[in-house]
Amino acid sequence: MLEASNLECERGGRRLFRSLSLVLKPGEILRIAGANGSGKTSLLRILCGLAPPSAGEVRWQGTPIRSLKEEYARQLVYLGHAPAVKGDLTAAENLAVACRLAGLPAGESAVRAALERFGLSANGTPVRKLSQGQRRRAALARLELSEAVPLWLLDEPFSALDAQGVELLDGLFQQHLARGGAIVFTTHQDPGFSATHVVELG
Amino acid sequence: MLAAARCVVYRDLLLALRRRSDVATALLFFVIVASLFPLGIGAEPNLLRAIAPGVIWVAALLSSMLSLGRLFAADYDDGTLEQMLLGAAPLGVVAAAKAFAHWLVAGLPLVAIAPLIALQYDLAAQLYGVLALSLLLGTPVLSLIGAIGAALTLGLRGGGVLLSLLVLPLYVPVLIMGAGAVEMAAAGLGGGGQLLLLGAMLVIAAAFAPWAISAALRISLE
Repeated sequence: MLEASNLECERGGRRLFRSLSLVLKPGEILRIAGANGSGKTSLLRILCGLAPPSAGEVRWQGTPIRSLKEEYARQLVYLGHAPAVKGDLTAAENLAVACRLAGLPAGESAVRAALERFGLSANGTPVRKLSQGQRRRAALARLELSEAVPLWLLDEPFSALDAQGVELLDGLFQQHLARGGAIVFTTHQDPGFSATHVVELG
Repeated sequence: MLAAARCVVYRDLLLALRRRSDVATALLFFVIVASLFPLGIGAEPNLLRAIAPGVIWVAALLSSMLSLGRLFAADYDDGTLEQMLLGAAPLGVVAAAKAFAHWLVAGLPLVAIAPLIALQYDLAAQLYGVLALSLLLGTPVLSLIGAIGAALTLGLRGGGVLLSLLVLPLYVPVLIMGAGAVEMAAAGLGGGGQLLLLGAMLVIAAAFAPWAISAALRISLE
């Protein structure tokens, strides 16, 4: 479903990678590995269409993503390096807003269930009073409501998570792959499970 | 599409409610700047009456600009802006919603409080309506134009100063028409022409600014 051919990326006059090609089919998971500064995040941003590659093309179901625009955006969830949660809003408000922006249905009970699964209560605590790991969980809870979205692009999803959180996320990954979804994620340490494809940068 | 716009407006208003001090700062700034002039110039009623429209409008311009820096910066820092770019709705809709929310928080209160300021300048009571109407039509244009500048200077060092250099010259037509409407009405000529022109500016800005804002945001986020 996702194809990239001959991708090249330059940042600040430095070439991070060149002639990088990949194919991702339903039910497959791709791990992007590499040292800090090797271009993992840049590759992910290119794959989700936030940044254009210096050369090459990304295609979704055979169509270049440049011509799909919002059509493509509706097919993916991108959780970036920054958690995209507002410190002044509660976890539930953050999740509801994120889902509505993405065009996903976000009923109050569904939001509460998703947060509870991630060990967060849907009370009135603003996110800025939560710990780093809990903030990460508040961002990741969106995956729980993104079952219908086929492509997940996740930047360092395991960072700041405890063992239980990693296990939880692992479970979500397996469910999504079993549904025929596809996942691309970056990590600089070994995640403890085998990915279908691994791209080593740097 | 409309659901996304409503969601963005609701979220921005909720954030403003949680950070009431930010809203109060811009409003107090407006009140204080407009109040400094009578203190500095002296209580000469005819002079004050003559400068009132211009001073009130300049204060509104500056106060509206004060909160522009934060319009996209917070969303940029915490990654929410990336999510908006990848949202289901076109970015132009989200950009328009952000500008509208900025106006509700930073523009509309000025309209409400302006007659109170006009009292300090001994402005004739029948001019309050024209003043409020000119601000009602003009401040949304300020938010829309300002949002383009805010999107362009996103993530730049010293973006705040650059933003004012970029945006203030573009505010000039709004200032001339806005203050002009009140001056014309004060001279007994009726400010209808200027108000119509302000309305036309609003229509044009509402039609084209969202497109320009989203183009600028895409460039800033690359």
